[in-house]
Amino acid sequence: MKNYYQKEIETASREEILKIQNEKIVKQVRHVYDNVPYYRDLMDKKGVKPEDIKSVDDIKKLPFLTKDDLREAYPYGLLGTDLKNCVRIQSTSGTTGKRVVAFYTQKDIDLWEECCARAIVAAGGTDEDVCQVCYGYGLFTGGPGLNGGSHKVGCLTLPMSSGNTDRQIQFMMDLNATILCCTPSYAAFIGESLAEQGYKPEDNKLKAGIFGAEPWTEEMRRSIENSLGIKAYDIYGLTETSGPGVSFECEEQTGMHINEDHFYAEIINPETGEVLPEGEKGELVFTSLDKEAFPLLRYRTKDICILSRKPCSCGRTHVKMTKPLGRSDDMMIIRGVNVFPSQIETVLLNEGYTPNYQIVVDRENNTDTFDVYVEFSPEQFSDKIADVQAREKALNAAMRSMLGIGPKIHLMAPKSIQRSEGKAVRVIDKRKLHD
Amino acid sequence: MAITQLSAFLENTPGTLSQAVTAISDAGINIRALSVADTRDFGILRVIVSDVEKTKEVLSQYTLASETKVIAVKMSDEAGSLKKILNILENARINVEYVYAFTSAIAGSAYVVLRINDLDVAESVLMGHGIEMLSDEDMKDMLG
Repeated sequence: MKNYYQKEIETASREEILKIQNEKIVKQVRHVYDNVPYYRDLMDKKGVKPEDIKSVDDIKKLPFLTKDDLREAYPYGLLGTDLKNCVRIQSTSGTTGKRVVAFYTQKDIDLWEECCARAIVAAGGTDEDVCQVCYGYGLFTGGPGLNGGSHKVGCLTLPMSSGNTDRQIQFMMDLNATILCCTPSYAAFIGESLAEQGYKPEDNKLKAGIFGAEPWTEEMRRSIENSLGIKAYDIYGLTETSGPGVSFECEEQTGMHINEDHFYAEIINPETGEVLPEGEKGELVFTSLDKEAFPLLRYRTKDICILSRKPCSCGRTHVKMTKPLGRSDDMMIIRGVNVFPSQIETVLLNEGYTPNYQIVVDRENNTDTFDVYVEFSPEQFSDKIADVQAREKALNAAMRSMLGIGPKIHLMAPKSIQRSEGKAVRVIDKRKLHD
Repeated sequence: MAITQLSAFLENTPGTLSQAVTAISDAGINIRALSVADTRDFGILRVIVSDVEKTKEVLSQYTLASETKVIAVKMSDEAGSLKKILNILENARINVEYVYAFTSAIAGSAYVVLRINDLDVAESVLMGHGIEMLSDEDMKDMLG
């Protein structure tokens, strides 16, 4: 038996979906033009008027929004309604300087939670399930999104938030959790911890996991599925568009259905901005069709993927996106946290180090390792081991405070970090994230 | 009366110590005493050499090198000598950061290098107990 949270829309024909999208975009562009001066200026500069947008085919005429726009407009510049209509703020994890904050009306929250509910039902969730949410709760969208979705489905929700693995396991086992929501690396870690405590995969009641917020491979999926005895589903989203649930996997596990009644997806050439046809690889761009408080149009995600309209055996008709195959910028996602090399450089300069460094990211036992090699100077060098170690510790703390994640620091002699053809290699990512 | 020690930063990988020692020997410098402190990732080589300036120059070409003043104490090469010195420091509540020892061709003599944060106090305490300490000049003159 096939389950859907909102069968009618999830299995609607292409024509029906287009009709909904066309109606929504006309209204949405008018709403944004009238209420968001920042975007109105962008449209005016490009010479586009709201009346030029008659259907989703016209979306390509609209200007793009990037993360830089969001930072420039921080905090209220892209707000689409009065603050008194907003009920929630969420924010991105780590950032260079200013964070990105997103606003929600109650309707925005409801639609977002419905998207998450669709993902939970697609993973087999019903009101009989016990859904353990160990994404972080708070400004991060992971916890609140899946928590709301779980409520909508009627699951018995365990709002665990992240961390404290022993308690996670105790609740999981004592309260018979059947669905696990967290980052894939944390799922892998829970699997290992269960094994260490002597549990076999069949000892838990879990049947499905909904994992996202960081890149993971097919190999990692199989390993999590085996260690927990579950089927593992991918979920995708970003704070800028709402949070998790922009797209989600069904039982076919061949890509994530984008909730097209709420989000219009395009793939563009990241160099030229030209829209690419279905099946081609490029940067994913989202237009929010019905968000009130934070209605981003043509938001460039920097994620590189491919869209596919190949019919899906699950019966859902919404377009599918591949897992992100890479980034169009130099952002890395390490243990679920966004990290830019420029942030590392800023910390080093603030702390009095040279900008000669190298970031090495790898994955051991399904957990990311994060090492930063830094050259230090004769003035910073001391004959005492403890002094050098104290420097490494202080640098780790400064990075943790900037990034939200602390790398292992390795101080190095000057000129010892390898340069290739004179140009420094800043990042070595040894993780094989993309098959 | 303190002497000058040179410290060099070494990665904890095969060949780095040999590289440092080779650089020193190629420059015709004799190492009087040596100690290596190590962690999993890096080590610190500490040497007392016949020519501090030149050693610093050759080591600085590929790693970090710095000078530190340390105390080198002469003691008789017999059981209990080091204990006596450490007891003096302990009674004066002086903390020793690290220590290493070396001997010389002068029969019956051994030396201990002490790294102490408050050098002046340590020197006067040791002097007060009649302990003989070496100077940079002594090190130069000392037979290898």
